[in-house]
Amino acid sequence: MVYQPDRSQYPQQRADGSLDIDLESGKYLKLWQGPQHPGITGNMSLELTVCGDEVVEAKTHVGYLHRGFEKLMERRTFIQCFPIVCRICVPEPDFNEYCYAAAVEELAGIQPPERSDWIRTLILEMGRINSYLMFLGGQAGSLGLGVVAQWSTYVRDLMLDRFEELTGARIYHMFILPGGVRGDLPEGFQQRMEETLKEIERTLGDIEDVMFCNAVFKKRTVGLGYIDPALFNPYGVTGPNARAGGVAKDVRRDQPYLIYSQLAFEPIVGQDSDVFARADVRRRDLLLSIDLIRQILAGMPKKGPVMAKIPNVLHWKIPPGETYIRGECSRGEYGYYLVTDGSGYPRRVNVRGPSYTHAVALLERLIVHVNISDVAGLMVSLHTYPPEIER
Amino acid sequence: MMRELYKKTKQLFPLGDLTEQRHDLVFVSIPHPFLSSLLRHLRDKEGFSHLVLLTAVDWLERGEFQLTYLLCNRSKAWDMGVRVVLPREGATMESIHTLWPTAATYQRELKEMFGIDFPGSPGVNDDFILEGWDDIPPYRRDFDTLKFAEARFTQRPGRESLDPAQHMAKHHSDGS
Repeated sequence: MVYQPDRSQYPQQRADGSLDIDLESGKYLKLWQGPQHPGITGNMSLELTVCGDEVVEAKTHVGYLHRGFEKLMERRTFIQCFPIVCRICVPEPDFNEYCYAAAVEELAGIQPPERSDWIRTLILEMGRINSYLMFLGGQAGSLGLGVVAQWSTYVRDLMLDRFEELTGARIYHMFILPGGVRGDLPEGFQQRMEETLKEIERTLGDIEDVMFCNAVFKKRTVGLGYIDPALFNPYGVTGPNARAGGVAKDVRRDQPYLIYSQLAFEPIVGQDSDVFARADVRRRDLLLSIDLIRQILAGMPKKGPVMAKIPNVLHWKIPPGETYIRGECSRGEYGYYLVTDGSGYPRRVNVRGPSYTHAVALLERLIVHVNISDVAGLMVSLHTYPPEIER
Repeated sequence: MMRELYKKTKQLFPLGDLTEQRHDLVFVSIPHPFLSSLLRHLRDKEGFSHLVLLTAVDWLERGEFQLTYLLCNRSKAWDMGVRVVLPREGATMESIHTLWPTAATYQRELKEMFGIDFPGSPGVNDDFILEGWDDIPPYRRDFDTLKFAEARFTQRPGRESLDPAQHMAKHHSDGS
């Protein structure tokens, strides 16, 4: 599909800017994609207004997984918040743990030991690989390539094994807590990680053949869902969605945190800013994460503490203050805004998930004039995780 | 460096005190009528082109809402949080969706969760996360989640809930 920017006059706009859509005319149809639909990511839905098989208007609906984490945290002590933050993003929970821990440490004046920073970086890159592997399966599946999801799920499972031996858990690791990390690397971890990375690299080679060199996949995705780089700032576009359009936004490089300033890498960028370019940037970013993990395991201090001394967590009060901590997750900028008031509870926690901007305002704009059959592929290409929209 | 920017901007706008949280993160306050023009100035003249987030803090005891607009200047790796204080009663704020279209989503959520109105913001009165909600906006401090849960849900029989601090105090006093 070729991007045609001049088709915005259909249907006609009313004087107030709203679209003149008369459902009674029989020309338009309301269609719900989700919340239970194979072409939707997670627990959200799209209310589509279609004319024939072309979408003329879309509204994102969220709230199917709202658990009120930000409010719940106001009733919990700082340490009680630690095991629930990871649940805000299911496929890549570790950024919640890191951002929350770093925000608490900053306001409480705690300096985590150096070795824990290396382990935190390792965990975040492992989580990024998992998230990208899920994405590749979802992106291919949304366009009918079911086998890619089976392969990527297999190698993701190997990475979950590494998570399990390191943290004791496969999905919600609860490993990065204020002050450091819960434990050290197990014996022989580096070797087993290397075997896992090699298997992922082999599988990525296969995925490149069947997905990125596939004529059908290219025909369906090249030119679909073009995001004009001029929209990146107005719509808060970050991460691979921006990098695929040639803007090298990467918090790891722009505002290095943890030990990223000691690692050798350059942000992965693309050019075309369409679905294909976004998928390709993520595939190459996945290879970068593999390289970063190798650098981390080779450069990590061999010994040292992994946890700083923290106060008695049952009576832990943090002086009044506010801060914002950000990191580059697989979908863009992830951040925690934490306000404390001197009590034993957070005054306010606000989670900035990249899906918040990508899945609502941006998606609603991009989806107009797209064919219904391309909606799933377009939506997946923005890599949105609804739980971080409705925290 | 951020201090110089603050001094320069203070000559143009009635900024409150500067809070330097980190070398790359500061917070400033401004009276709400000047917010929109300050944000436009920071966006167009000072390179703060990325709206990172917009959120509210409920200072119930002071009868105030604090709105925080966090902006980022990526080329200099600076973040600036602009704070605005509103009275809790009938809180209304000017919409900034014309500066950043994505702000409409934040404002819609703030209307629903805190009851802060942003007249003119697209879809601000539409349900966002909650549907059919008839209580006070739930992220206000005076909304009691425990009371709400107890009124609507029943505990599974045999389930015990302990306060960690009281439990540990009892544990130590027993000498066990």
